[in-house]
Amino acid sequence: MAQGAELTLDVRRLVGRWSLRAAGHAGRFTFLAVDMVRGLTEWRIYLPRAFAQAMSIGYGSLFIVLLVAGFTGAVTSLQAGYQFTGSVPLYIYGAVIGESVILELGPVLTGLILAGRIGARYAAELGTMRVTEQIDALESLGRSPVSHLILPRVLAGMVMIPALTMFANVTGFLSGWLAAKSSIGITNADFIFGARYYFRPFDLWYSMIKAGFFAGAVTMIPCYIGYNTQQGAEGVGRATTLAVVAASVTILLLDTLLAKLLLNH
Amino acid sequence: MIELRKVSKRFADHVVLDQVDLTVEDGQTVALLGPSGVGKSVLLKHIIGLIKPDKGEVLVDGLHVAALKRAALAELRTKIGYVFQNGALFDSMDVAENIRLGITDQTCSEDDSYCTNRVTECLRLVNLPPEVGLKYPGELSGGMRKRVGIARAIAGKPKYLLYDEPTSGLDPMNADVIDALIERLQEELGVTSVVVSHDVRGSFRVADRVALLWQAKIRAIGTPEEILASRDHAVQQFLERDLEMAVIQSESEQGAT
Repeated sequence: MAQGAELTLDVRRLVGRWSLRAAGHAGRFTFLAVDMVRGLTEWRIYLPRAFAQAMSIGYGSLFIVLLVAGFTGAVTSLQAGYQFTGSVPLYIYGAVIGESVILELGPVLTGLILAGRIGARYAAELGTMRVTEQIDALESLGRSPVSHLILPRVLAGMVMIPALTMFANVTGFLSGWLAAKSSIGITNADFIFGARYYFRPFDLWYSMIKAGFFAGAVTMIPCYIGYNTQQGAEGVGRATTLAVVAASVTILLLDTLLAKLLLNH
Repeated sequence: MIELRKVSKRFADHVVLDQVDLTVEDGQTVALLGPSGVGKSVLLKHIIGLIKPDKGEVLVDGLHVAALKRAALAELRTKIGYVFQNGALFDSMDVAENIRLGITDQTCSEDDSYCTNRVTECLRLVNLPPEVGLKYPGELSGGMRKRVGIARAIAGKPKYLLYDEPTSGLDPMNADVIDALIERLQEELGVTSVVVSHDVRGSFRVADRVALLWQAKIRAIGTPEEILASRDHAVQQFLERDLEMAVIQSESEQGAT
């Protein structure tokens, strides 16, 4: 009996502790977001830095994003060929590949890749700056770490991630088309007819809206985690891992939520 | 003037500062001594508003630091130069860019020729040649990094200078160089300074007054002579331990030569 009561108490304490911690994170994240909005007036500080960040993350991520999109488009096409050959008209392949890439694979895979590439980088950079007191030094000089460090990174991501997603969509579509031609012998006319028949302009908007939300997750969450890093090198390692996991999980949650809100209303 | 009134701070169950009172008059240099981990850096960070007290007040120029709004705090910080223990230099920027970031006056910071001259002047003040401006923090020795940290802190012509362990991790010769530099800067710039240290010899050299932080409280405060003459056992114990270390160091140096 007594053991059961102790266990219940422990579970309650654990839940209480977790709730407090979650509330603390939510509060600090909100403050950071408010600081970012306030910092938007300091464009002379963040714009040049955002440009440098955009060049770095955009150009640096292009190869891996195109590589993954290219292979994904091709594999989608080959698997569709395996599943549907003989059971549906060939032009359907154009629709399946186009819609799969634009609505789901392009934005989600790009988001997940960039969560690893950009998210880890942001968390590690800011975490290292935190534990080596560089962020404190910036504050001690009367300068805002949000305008100098966070806004440039977030804005660069908000511009470059949707752009990279668009490149991924085009690459995935083209590689899927080529793979379909070589594997099931579909003609260009059939493929284009299928792709256009089921295409709605909203699909592209949906892809971009998703990419915008994913960009927010890929940039803001790692920046928040890196900015609040503690306890030296181990803390930086922990922050980096946590940033990638948290950003990736958020992407998957947002993916579901946006599909429900925008496609199934 | 810097004033701490009954400042208390705790981290979880650990009381770091307990009703600490400390006043630093304009133009004065106060050395804050104490063993490692006693809370000296925490006290220093209260002065610049990087840490807020749980209780008590911190006043700089008559302003309540913890109660200041963001813009007012940023404005106050432009009057304070902070030298971090490990330099805290921005490692993605070269030395000149680091020092340039210390020029806090917005009009000046946008004037390229002023900034270039000021960077060279700050490097000269800390006995470094202008070529060092092109190096990155990773290419500098520990002593040079400390000096660049000081150069950045003085670039904005501050009224107050806060030094966090300026000689820690340095060999005695380099520590002497930094102490001499602090002394010279006091004379040339006439700033009000707080030097946090556990190095008794260096602190006595640069300070007008010395305070000993011991078990979360200011245990003793006075001129170096008064502190040396103190009969308080904690003060005696701290001084003796440090002087023993100085003897061991000088013996090992003699042995090496």
